Amino acid sequence: MNVPLKNAEQDMRAALARTPVPMAMLAELTHRCPLKCPYCSNPLEMIRKSRELDTETWIDVFHQAAAMGVLHVHLSGGEPASRRDLPELLTGAREADLYTNLITSGVGLTAAKFADLAERGLDHVQLSIQGVDGGTADRIGGYKGGFEKKMEVADWIAKEGIPLTINAVMHRQNLDRLADTIDLSVKLGARRLEVAHTQYHGWAYKNRTALMPTMGQVKRGGEIVAEARERLKGTLVIDYVTPDHLADFPKPCMGGWARVGLNVTPEGKVLPCHAAETITTLEFENVKDRPLAEIWDNGDAFRAYRGVDWMQDPCQSCDRQAKDFGGCRCQAFAWTGDAAAVDPACSKSPLHGEMRAAAIADGEVQADEFEYRLM
Amino acid sequence: MNAADIPFLPRGVRVKECKIREGWFLLAPERAVKLDQVGAHILGALDGQRDFAGVVAHLAAKFDAPVERIETDAGKFLTDMINRRMVEVA
Repeated sequence: MNVPLKNAEQDMRAALARTPVPMAMLAELTHRCPLKCPYCSNPLEMIRKSRELDTETWIDVFHQAAAMGVLHVHLSGGEPASRRDLPELLTGAREADLYTNLITSGVGLTAAKFADLAERGLDHVQLSIQGVDGGTADRIGGYKGGFEKKMEVADWIAKEGIPLTINAVMHRQNLDRLADTIDLSVKLGARRLEVAHTQYHGWAYKNRTALMPTMGQVKRGGEIVAEARERLKGTLVIDYVTPDHLADFPKPCMGGWARVGLNVTPEGKVLPCHAAETITTLEFENVKDRPLAEIWDNGDAFRAYRGVDWMQDPCQSCDRQAKDFGGCRCQAFAWTGDAAAVDPACSKSPLHGEMRAAAIADGEVQADEFEYRLM
Repeated sequence: MNAADIPFLPRGVRVKECKIREGWFLLAPERAVKLDQVGAHILGALDGQRDFAGVVAHLAAKFDAPVERIETDAGKFLTDMINRRMVEVA
């Protein structure tokens, strides 16, 4: 039989045109948190407790997500342990047959509370660390005693045999301790380490001159990770992404807009990514008003940048469009006022040079004072 | 893989059937691996009791297939999973 060769590009376009099945949901249960990290990924304007979704609504959202094909739910915040109903929410997520990941600072958990979560079937914990010693970590997190508490929590996680990922947000004031961060992760029994360079939106953008790493630090960081990955094969998996302004091509932000994951805010707004509200030209719908699946499939904000048809040049004619999806929409909007523009992290962006120069200049500023996150 | 190794799924790693995608997935921290028929059956044979030789014998009997071929395929698959920290051995 004579079968014509398939056109790979046409296949790719057809696949991108179909509404994808989401893999993961980030459930921001609350914005409340005892820590005050100056790079917090929550928005500058935070949702107060009185506006948070109630227990039943969250559990309903978990069931809706599972029915859409979501496999992983990330219980996040703020600090998710700030919600008194965290145990009920965890049980609800497990009963919806979702894989549950608790993204926590550790602060607010007790041995008894944690044992209860483990008993209820918690699958995985992602524990943040702000530094590798109490002095540094507590100054960055703006919470005295936080580091010591985290070490205790890591011990409970290990005793329960729950897999642990350490999440270390890196910046100028802790990047020189990257090798120690890797060592500490191994010592705590982590299976994974996320070396997460600060993303400069919201709070982090406010604090960029105190956080932006120097070129030298970033280069050294990449080398340390490459060496450690080889040495720790089978012990620790290290996730690492080069910071935007030093890369030639942008990161495939969110694996593509509205393609892999979605985010629900404490008050129930459904976002294609946690920072999407910085794109002020978009409106976001709420789970209280419309079923989650409809918002995912047909919501204006989700359809706006799904696939590749919305792209302009240089993205539209770029052979990398299905690799990096034009980068980050929020960053494109912040720099150009048009979220459909190419991310300035891309070397094909006319603003790439300017962005790089600004980041390098921020990295050279000798000001270490933070403007801490406030509710 | 040694014949006496007992491979098992550690806490935080489990197999799930996804009705929407009509397939089986191995769920692990921050990862979901789509399993083919072979992979799903190999992981399905891990009960925490069977050693590797037992897993091979079980699959060979179930599918009426040569032991050598199952041993090679299952060994390769499980070694890869162990390197990704998704399977452990006792």
